[in-house]
Amino acid sequence: MNSSLHPGPASLANSEPPFIRRLLLAVALIFLTLFLFVPLAAVFYEALRKGVGVYLAAITDPYALDAIRLTLLSAAIAVPLNVIFGVSAAWAIAKFEFYGKSMLITLIDLPFAVSPVIAGLIYVLLFGAQGWLGPWLTGHGIKIIFAVPGIVLATVFVTVPFIARELIPLMQAQGTEEEEAAMVLGASGWLTFWRITLPNIKWGLLYGVVLCTARAMGEFGAVSVVSGHIRGLTNTLPLHVEILYNEYQFAATFACASLLTLLALVMLALKALIERHTLRQRRIAISGESI
Amino acid sequence: MIFRFRQPSVLPGFGLTLGFTLGYLGLIVLIPLAMAFTQAFHLSWDQFWRTVTAPRVLASYRLTFGAAFLAATINTGFGFIVAWVLVRYPFPGKRLVDALVDLPFALPTAVAGITLAAIYSSNGWIGHALEPLGMKIAFTPLGVIVALVFISLPFVVRTVQPVLEDLEAEVEEAAASLGADRWQIFWRVLFPAIRPALLTGFTLAFARAIGEYGSVIFIAGNLPMVSEITPLLIVSKLEQYDYSGAAAVSVVMLVISFLLLLLINLLQRWSRIQRGWETVI
Repeated sequence: MNSSLHPGPASLANSEPPFIRRLLLAVALIFLTLFLFVPLAAVFYEALRKGVGVYLAAITDPYALDAIRLTLLSAAIAVPLNVIFGVSAAWAIAKFEFYGKSMLITLIDLPFAVSPVIAGLIYVLLFGAQGWLGPWLTGHGIKIIFAVPGIVLATVFVTVPFIARELIPLMQAQGTEEEEAAMVLGASGWLTFWRITLPNIKWGLLYGVVLCTARAMGEFGAVSVVSGHIRGLTNTLPLHVEILYNEYQFAATFACASLLTLLALVMLALKALIERHTLRQRRIAISGESI
Repeated sequence: MIFRFRQPSVLPGFGLTLGFTLGYLGLIVLIPLAMAFTQAFHLSWDQFWRTVTAPRVLASYRLTFGAAFLAATINTGFGFIVAWVLVRYPFPGKRLVDALVDLPFALPTAVAGITLAAIYSSNGWIGHALEPLGMKIAFTPLGVIVALVFISLPFVVRTVQPVLEDLEAEVEEAAASLGADRWQIFWRVLFPAIRPALLTGFTLAFARAIGEYGSVIFIAGNLPMVSEITPLLIVSKLEQYDYSGAAAVSVVMLVISFLLLLLINLLQRWSRIQRGWETVI
């Protein structure tokens, strides 16, 4: 997903006639306008249509605030867990050669291929009242489905691959020489990780954290299945948006939706910043090598 | 030769990190996923087959896979043009447009759903303009396609873009100096190099689109047999406490998703071989 914006190989000798260029540019921009820019503008237009007062009332409604809190809480649990998982998986996969590695990489991608609805369903089958562990959990007074733990679990499931798949190719490209040198010089494993590996991967890690956070806060399908939609208790912000929408409170719906949209825009800005930074670093590295 | 599970290394932590990785994947992903299969096996083979081939279920497959295929196809065509324009042509605001292409990845699907429903419904900005032409999009199967185009829009752009950036200008110049015209260069030189990335992008978009739920349910109308997608059918079976039925339909979807995941891996390997180096997607 890394993209750079260098002008590319469009030298004058191999470029299209101007009218084709203009046509392609127009087609691309019209397509993006219809499917991206108009929806983006519509969120804010609908949110503010009934005035700022209605907007502020909607986002400071106690249920909305509860939903924001739960959304932040589940992201605050899911993201660190997947950071630990991602770093650990990338260390095992990138720093060692072992049997079945490509199989393991495929398994890590699995949650991306599974419909969010199925992600929710499997936890209901496991922990729900009729589920495998249901009777035992009920006996011990533990509630997972239609409660906060289920929401956190579903969020963790859908965001498992984000950080691992950023770090694995990065650490594979960096190789093991620097860590091996540190070990040979007598550093402990932890010291090597903190002083050598972590500084090398910090931008890739940050990139993964941004993508993971965006998805964790926005997940709808999986969370919807395990939530039970109990206002003030198991409602995340995306679920709150759905409830308001089904009650035809459109101004309030889009007010809450605009918060999520702002959050998405912040994540995109962070992502673009990190990409520009790593691109510059790569260019410095390349020019350094050529000297 | 002695079989070794892993090559020797001076670095520590292999057992710890691999153990944690496998344990985490097992607890969070694999054991729960296995539940869908065990629950589905509560049904006899006959019951399973009747559940997954009931007319309403078959109609939902047709809609889900048909709309996902069309959306992925639309995105392959337009995504290629967007990637081409972003890599090759200068225009004002390019950096902003490039960053916004990822919006569907960052925007919660529910927000996408309500917004698309609002603008493509008969009193929305775009729906209003299309109504005199006799086109209704929101609350029809066309709405499903619109939602799926939105959520799978970045895949083709983001897989094709790095390949286009890496193409050497020399190859095109060589073709031009040998007398090829622009069209021949495109079809004979550029397109074969981009083809694996296009296919990968198409498959990623398709795989994402068949599982999509959040954005579709707001714009589809959700009429059984007409505009009901398979993930919604799973949810409604679950809401009627038909756990085995929900699991059976999920198993069909899961098997298809696994096959697509394998296909994506093969395509990416093919793409890497063509490009001759490892790529980050």
